[in-house]
Amino acid sequence: MKALAQANLISIRDLSAEEIDLIFTTADHFKEVINRPIKKVPSLRDTTIANLFFESSTRTKLSFELAEKRLSADVVNFSASGSSVSKGETLVDTVRNILAMKVDMVVMRHPDAGACQFLARNISCPIVNAGDGAHEHPTQALLDAFSIRENMGTVQGKRVAIFGDILHSRVALSNIFCLKALGAEVMLCGPATLMPRGIEELGLSVTNHVREALEWCDVANVLRIQLERQETRYFPSLREYTREFGINRKLLDEIKKEIVIMHPGPINRGVELSSDVADSGRSIILQQVENGVAIRMAVLYLLSTRPQLSL
Amino acid sequence: MILESRVIVHTAHLSLILQRLSEELLERHPGFHNTVLIGLQPRGVNFLNRLAMVLQARLAVLSNDQSFSSGGSLSESESHGRLRMPAQGALDVTFYRDDFRHRSEPLSAHTTQLPFSLEGKKVILVDDVLFTGRTIRAGLDALLDFGRPDRVEFMVLVSRRLRQEFPIHPDYCGIEVNTHDDERVRVCWDEPEGAHITLIKTTG
Repeated sequence: MKALAQANLISIRDLSAEEIDLIFTTADHFKEVINRPIKKVPSLRDTTIANLFFESSTRTKLSFELAEKRLSADVVNFSASGSSVSKGETLVDTVRNILAMKVDMVVMRHPDAGACQFLARNISCPIVNAGDGAHEHPTQALLDAFSIRENMGTVQGKRVAIFGDILHSRVALSNIFCLKALGAEVMLCGPATLMPRGIEELGLSVTNHVREALEWCDVANVLRIQLERQETRYFPSLREYTREFGINRKLLDEIKKEIVIMHPGPINRGVELSSDVADSGRSIILQQVENGVAIRMAVLYLLSTRPQLSL
Repeated sequence: MILESRVIVHTAHLSLILQRLSEELLERHPGFHNTVLIGLQPRGVNFLNRLAMVLQARLAVLSNDQSFSSGGSLSESESHGRLRMPAQGALDVTFYRDDFRHRSEPLSAHTTQLPFSLEGKKVILVDDVLFTGRTIRAGLDALLDFGRPDRVEFMVLVSRRLRQEFPIHPDYCGIEVNTHDDERVRVCWDEPEGAHITLIKTTG
């Protein structure tokens, strides 16, 4: 069997299609494990993992923590609020202090793009990026592609449209890299103000018309409007956004085509996605959440069992 | 690098071993009541599949034997039960191993298929070669995560003496061989010249 070439998972761009496939086949086995009566294997019982969340997160943090516990790793959690970060400690100092307590791996979310890359240059243990600013969120992209593979058999050649706030979304960027690596076609759809300039150069198409994107795609990955990242107003009102870019049952019925609906969560119900679509049989949103644990188990397992690495 | 390869069990001998092992199973588990056979992935499952074929053929012969199936000292239920094949499963132990970090290349996982409950079952774990005993140790851990069997037995086709690292002894053993660390035992099932077992001498 092949191993992962990199000691860290910072960007999807570091992974080859074969490595993504290796993560998927490993995740298949872990998905079977988490559906057993005893959802746990002892693989990482000698490993301690620190979850460093410098930015708030519910789903990703819970998912990583569950993945770590299902692998029998010891877990320590850290969140920026109420820590020495507010006393002026630098990122590298904070992490070095945690590593001095004999931690073997780090999972980090940080509000600044490139924080994981920077950390990887300064410390020697494996790092998993759980989201860095508006840059990347590799495990989310892996679980999204894994869910597409599970529902459609393959990702190769499938048409995936990503809707919403592309400009502020790390999920969008990681998804684009992952889907392109696996041979899918990608279209982006959203307001022109939330579309990064020059994004077409990544080899994808862009539209401002929801109907056009829905008619084209096999899978619709709908993103949230990241109101917390927007200082300026990118569109006149949420109501107008919903009217122009919201996906509802009526719109999907008019398309006359089976489209798989995905959403990385948290959903703003009634804004980007109406409740009747989010809760319909076309939606695989909860399946994505389940797959998230299996994918993160696979990533942590493969990073900690790389042969070059002796913990 | 392979220095030397020598056949230690030929096709005819191997088929006798399989017959003896299936007879031992029949003797110790009359009717295979509540009994399941579980192969350890991947090579234990290959061995189990061959053994199941031999066992199936033996059961077919016994069911035609009137004196065996209706007479003798066997009760009605026992004689009826004798003709049933035990359920079979496959168990993957990759995530339970203690040596995955000590290997030169990572292990790949296989599927686990246990389409039955283990509660109250008599389980026979099946593997092809017993060497250090670490695989079967991991197998016991993996097995117990699925339930609480009444009893666990261990069947192995080849037991390599001199190198066992755990106090583990098979209940059913095909053949015992004396080997060194630099040797490997390979059970080859799908060969044009017929199934056989070879001893391979390697460097390092």
